[in-house]
Amino acid sequence: MKTHEYHAREILKGYGIPFPPAGVAETSDQAEAIARELGGKVVVKAQALVGGRGKAGGIKRAGTPEEARDAAAALLGSSLKGHPVRKVLVAQVVPVSREYYLGAVLDRSAKRVTLMASAMGGVDIEEVARTSPDAIARVSADPLLGLADYQTRDLARAAGLAGDQATAFRSITRALYQAFFECDCSLLEVNPLALTEGGEFAALDSKMVVDDNALSRRPSLAALLDPEAEEPAETEARRVGVSYIELEGNVGCLVNGAGLAMATMDVIKLYGGEPANFLDIGGGAHIDQVRAALRILLHDPCVRAVLVNIFGGITRCDVVAQAVVDAIAAGEVRVPVVARLVGTNAAEGRRILEGTEVVLAGTMTEAAQKAVALAAATAAGSAAGPAATGSAGFAAGPTSSVAAGEEAGG
Amino acid sequence: MSILVGANTRVLVQNITGDEGRFHTRQMLAYGTKVVAGNAPGHGGQEVEGVPVFESVREAVEATGANATVGFVPARFAGDAIVEAADNLVPLIVCITEWIPVLDMVRIGAHVRSKGCRLVGPNCPGIMTPGCCKMGILPGNIFTPGPVGIVSRSGTLTYEIAGALTDLGVGQSTCVGIGGDPIIGTTFIDILALFEEDPQTEAIALIGEIGGSDEEEAAAFIATRVKKPVVAFIAGKTAPPDRRMGHAGAIVSGGRGTAAEKIAALERAGVTVCNSTDETAEAVAALVGKRNTGDRN
Repeated sequence: MKTHEYHAREILKGYGIPFPPAGVAETSDQAEAIARELGGKVVVKAQALVGGRGKAGGIKRAGTPEEARDAAAALLGSSLKGHPVRKVLVAQVVPVSREYYLGAVLDRSAKRVTLMASAMGGVDIEEVARTSPDAIARVSADPLLGLADYQTRDLARAAGLAGDQATAFRSITRALYQAFFECDCSLLEVNPLALTEGGEFAALDSKMVVDDNALSRRPSLAALLDPEAEEPAETEARRVGVSYIELEGNVGCLVNGAGLAMATMDVIKLYGGEPANFLDIGGGAHIDQVRAALRILLHDPCVRAVLVNIFGGITRCDVVAQAVVDAIAAGEVRVPVVARLVGTNAAEGRRILEGTEVVLAGTMTEAAQKAVALAAATAAGSAAGPAATGSAGFAAGPTSSVAAGEEAGG
Repeated sequence: MSILVGANTRVLVQNITGDEGRFHTRQMLAYGTKVVAGNAPGHGGQEVEGVPVFESVREAVEATGANATVGFVPARFAGDAIVEAADNLVPLIVCITEWIPVLDMVRIGAHVRSKGCRLVGPNCPGIMTPGCCKMGILPGNIFTPGPVGIVSRSGTLTYEIAGALTDLGVGQSTCVGIGGDPIIGTTFIDILALFEEDPQTEAIALIGEIGGSDEEEAAAFIATRVKKPVVAFIAGKTAPPDRRMGHAGAIVSGGRGTAAEKIAALERAGVTVCNSTDETAEAVAALVGKRNTGDRN
């Protein structure tokens, strides 16, 4: 789960990480008042869960409260890479002498938390990692001992810091590490961490990604989830216990298992089609879950054919087949369906589908080829543009696009 | 021969009295697995499917000589179950559970290694040595004994490849689901090293997916340390970046962990990388057929 900047900064302030004074505004009047209180020179930052906000025009400098008002008016209600901007952060401008990078990340191959520091802050750290990897110092904390003092000393020295500044930097490093564990992060960055002309540190931006697996034990963090950051259909999918991600193609997929769901998308692409979604119904899905999953994937008006791909282990093929037949009988299926059923109760499943309009396939390859061909035929046979029927909708309110989601996190 | 589990594996089932524990104990026993003990606090002295239940792992191990454990424990308690198994020096610990907080696995994984135990998972289907020992939730009927070792981050894709191989008349030595989480106890490299040493295994199918760099590390290992032929499939070529594709570990972040990077690394190491699971099974089957012919000549 990504958190908004204004949430992350409040959390990190609680750990003693210094930030410039700022306020959050939902109206341009509020933004003007905050700017006046902060002395006029401010930066107005759109609060949207996307990366590269600066380049996308989501961060504006203002020299006066009136300019801050105009900047907020331009940003509020706009959308940044498809994400709606409901709030802006109005932060005091601090005179900067140098920008540093400080971050902590879950290091999968070391199976540890790795801290990184660099004197080349303020820019995309992944770009620095590519072009000048030596400019980033890294230390991996022992999971059982925690971050050692000498490691914070190494990081400060590598960033070229000495004396009081090194001491302050090390204390921020320890705070970041503590916050990383206590907030169950998978990524926590302060970038840039500015050294002001007065010789103090100030975090000018921060990024916090929280492990979804830990949200159940971190209710205060779970409460920060922005419902607008995901498609309503994806929220509905989570509610019914399936995993769904909307994509841009026209072949809908209903699959058991995350790996098989990805492989199904890939094989659709391999035979010239485009998957409309990722959908994993999980292991041992009940008939109601499969019905709900079908409704969720069919709400997408772009879907021209559905590929049901089941390798039954705990999942029973007959349950999935019955759900498909019931959905067709209820008039919920407006496009051709191809089914490939293997594993537990596959013969029963195929028997249920025999004599119906569902097209049976023996292998994944055959199933994908048939689904891609049927999707193309259905698309050619209907008027241009999305089909008018079948768009169920799950919730009111604006939706963000998957294309915009792709940009996030950069 | 096989790797990790075989005829001498004596299995303890943690949380054996839960619905999943009961169901899969029955399935494992039906397959012929030696399930010798169960563990569930508050249920000591009971039996599940004829298997004695103990209050603690310590009592279970002392009474039955269990040398491997598989846990069907809810995410909130699964980490503790792993620690209990490691503290009692159970050499092989298989964790099926999904949704364990990742930072817990950072600490627990380190603890397990410090005890000299091996953890497989979490978020995995388990381990299968066909015709001999099934430890986990894998459907027994699709496997058959033979020369192919399978290692995979995905449960269903393990079944997909094993089922296709069985249909082609090619059996498997051992199939290991290493799990779909970002931090797992046993990685591709660990299993590749075991397959390389295993006399029964003639060829290896490696099933990876987007996210992390385990496949790249496997490629580097294969290039220098694995002489047996390896065929690979990487799922998630069409997955959008920054989206968790079901598995917690299946995410392209910061432009890293893409299928393209992994495929390129594996191909550089001389691995045949296939475009679909069907092709993968066919490529492995062809390889084993050829090797068998070669061996006879």
